[in-house]
Amino acid sequence: MTLQLAFFYLFATVAIISAVMVISSRNPVHSVLFLILAFVNGAGIFMLAGAEFLALLLIVVYVGAVMVLFLFVVMMLDIDFAELRQGILQYAPIGALIGGILLIELIMVAGSFVISPEVATSSAVPFVEGMSNTEALGNLLYTRYVYLFEAAGLILLVAMIGAIVLTLKHKPNVKRQDINAQVARKREDAVEVVSVESGKGI
Amino acid sequence: MIPDIGLGHFLTVAAILFTLGVFGIFLNRKNVIIILMSVELILLAVNINFVAFSAHLQDLAGQVFALMILTVAAAEAAIGLAILVVFYRNRGSIAVDDVNVMKG
Repeated sequence: MTLQLAFFYLFATVAIISAVMVISSRNPVHSVLFLILAFVNGAGIFMLAGAEFLALLLIVVYVGAVMVLFLFVVMMLDIDFAELRQGILQYAPIGALIGGILLIELIMVAGSFVISPEVATSSAVPFVEGMSNTEALGNLLYTRYVYLFEAAGLILLVAMIGAIVLTLKHKPNVKRQDINAQVARKREDAVEVVSVESGKGI
Repeated sequence: MIPDIGLGHFLTVAAILFTLGVFGIFLNRKNVIIILMSVELILLAVNINFVAFSAHLQDLAGQVFALMILTVAAAEAAIGLAILVVFYRNRGSIAVDDVNVMKG
């Protein structure tokens, strides 16, 4: 067994064990942490397959942003997670059945398919000799797939706006600056000249 | 692809992760947060498949595709968690069984 294969088995084992812990641990915070572990090991598998850029992106985007978001939400919401776990085993048999069938099907497909020689020789975007993975991917993203890249940026923009619109809340009792009301305010609205007769009040 | 690690190894790991994700949805069907995490696991499995085939066929298109899946998955997680927070504010619970406001 070579070193690479040994590392592949290490990453794969840890990833699968932590995936099991994600779906079975009692505390959702532990679930999030195990999901981080699963993603880091997934990044290791990517690295072994030669996709260095995606491996590091997985760590930066997932572990750095998405998982922190999950952790933030889990800790912010005050939820009785024990109550949510009631009746957890009720659907376990049918879940195990469907999962088992799916796994057997997937492994049978993975074990028996053959890539036709035409596909193997006619790559859409073949690897470039002497170019690193990051360089090749960047070269591709900004030329051939530039519209796809911009569409991805648009998706992220829409997601950001959507998340802000969904969660923004105006509290009724908080005074805040209203530029429109300030600019539209006239002198007559604010100041009134009252002529007071002497000896009398208003 | 590194010659020592066959394509089948990658596909098997991805298949197991995918199945665990599907099983997690069944197991934690009340807790939306864990369901979202299971979806993330499924997307990781899909990405492993894309990267493995990309390396096997010496074709970078698979990695571009995996990049796009990563983008969409991040957007999905952000929107899903935002909906979760709004739902918790309105109902004080995140149990899937309580999501019945629009029931006819």
